[in-house]
Amino acid sequence: MSKNQSQSSNLGQIVKKFFLSSFVVFTFIAYVVHQRFTNPDSALNPTATPSSIVALQGDSSAGAISSPTAQQPSDTPASTIPPAPAQQPKARIQSSGASNQGVYKDGTYTGPQVDAYYGIVEVQVNIQQGKIANVQFLQYPQDRRTSARINSVAVPYLQQEAVQAQSANVNIISGATLTSEGFIMSLDAALKSAKN
Amino acid sequence: MMGMPITIEIIDVSVTEAIFDTVFDYFEYIDEKFSTYKATSEISRINRHELTWEDSSEDMQTIFALAEQTRQVTNGYFDIQRNDIYDPSGVVKGWAIFNAAEILRQHGFENYYVDAGGDIQMAGCNSAHEPWRVGIRNPFNTSEIVKVLSLTDHGVATSGTYERGQHIYNPVDGNQLITDILSLTVIGPDIYEADRFATAAFAMGTTGIQFIECLDGFEGYMINKNKQATFTTGFEKWVLHA
Repeated sequence: MSKNQSQSSNLGQIVKKFFLSSFVVFTFIAYVVHQRFTNPDSALNPTATPSSIVALQGDSSAGAISSPTAQQPSDTPASTIPPAPAQQPKARIQSSGASNQGVYKDGTYTGPQVDAYYGIVEVQVNIQQGKIANVQFLQYPQDRRTSARINSVAVPYLQQEAVQAQSANVNIISGATLTSEGFIMSLDAALKSAKN
Repeated sequence: MMGMPITIEIIDVSVTEAIFDTVFDYFEYIDEKFSTYKATSEISRINRHELTWEDSSEDMQTIFALAEQTRQVTNGYFDIQRNDIYDPSGVVKGWAIFNAAEILRQHGFENYYVDAGGDIQMAGCNSAHEPWRVGIRNPFNTSEIVKVLSLTDHGVATSGTYERGQHIYNPVDGNQLITDILSLTVIGPDIYEADRFATAAFAMGTTGIQFIECLDGFEGYMINKNKQATFTTGFEKWVLHA
């Protein structure tokens, strides 16, 4: 049962990832097309291109990026770059770019390792020019058979404790007889004499 | 019996010296018949091929039948035959203690125990009108106990390598001596059941306690060579906490 659930959740992540990438690409194309129609000269002017990209970042950060943010899990850079709540592990910043435009700072961010019950999930997000450029799964449960095998063996779990001497207020004792003590003592004596 | 000390305690006021004699005579009879240390015993004659078990006494045939039944229910871990020699002491001991306690019960006694070499059948109450208090001996220091049980109308048997040297072999896996665990105490519905399963489970090594766990009506306490004890899920209900 857990096998099916985890596989569909992995699939969901992949679909989400694909959707997000397509959305960013689509927005970019739409914006370029829009710019061409509203400002036909810019395309012909080489110097206008950088400025249009800056404008793109400013605009898209408000619209295009904010909606995927809502769909992202809690470990997106948006929530981890400012000081995160104490109980939430901080994301690691592997590299940081100079650009400060948009909601996100450029760089590669690694989310905390999250115990997803069926295994550990770790996600890495790459931000370029203030936008999510790539999302990678550094870790995700691959060996579904492990948990299945543990469950199927079903060895009863038995309690353990360190052996400790108790007060001897008893009627009867189960265990060794005096014969054994004699055996051990004689063996011990034999071994000692064997040394000499 | 078989070089082991036997203790009988009867609490009932109707107790007489004669009943002790009757029970000790019974153990004497068992020893004469089943001791492999006595050349004149019936089992020794069988081992010397002077007697076939078909021609042996009714008690001997009972013991062979019980041993065979126990061998089957323990997947071969209980086997009285080793190197063509029969040693039925693993089933005789519990069976004899059970029968000795039956003698007391048939004489109308209600509060007593019979202890032969640390294997115990108990009934009724102790002199304080409480369930019997049974200690589990510490295999690392035989003058200590590591657990106090409070129970009655049950059998308690301990199988261990510290008693009379290492004497329990794994009959399934190349006659290996059991060395990982030092002691396995089993609580069962009676001493015959507790003793035979303690012997067989001990021969299974560290997995023996799992075997006891799977037996209905049995609990166990296993002590390994690292002074760690493993016990079955229902064992705690018999433990007396100070």
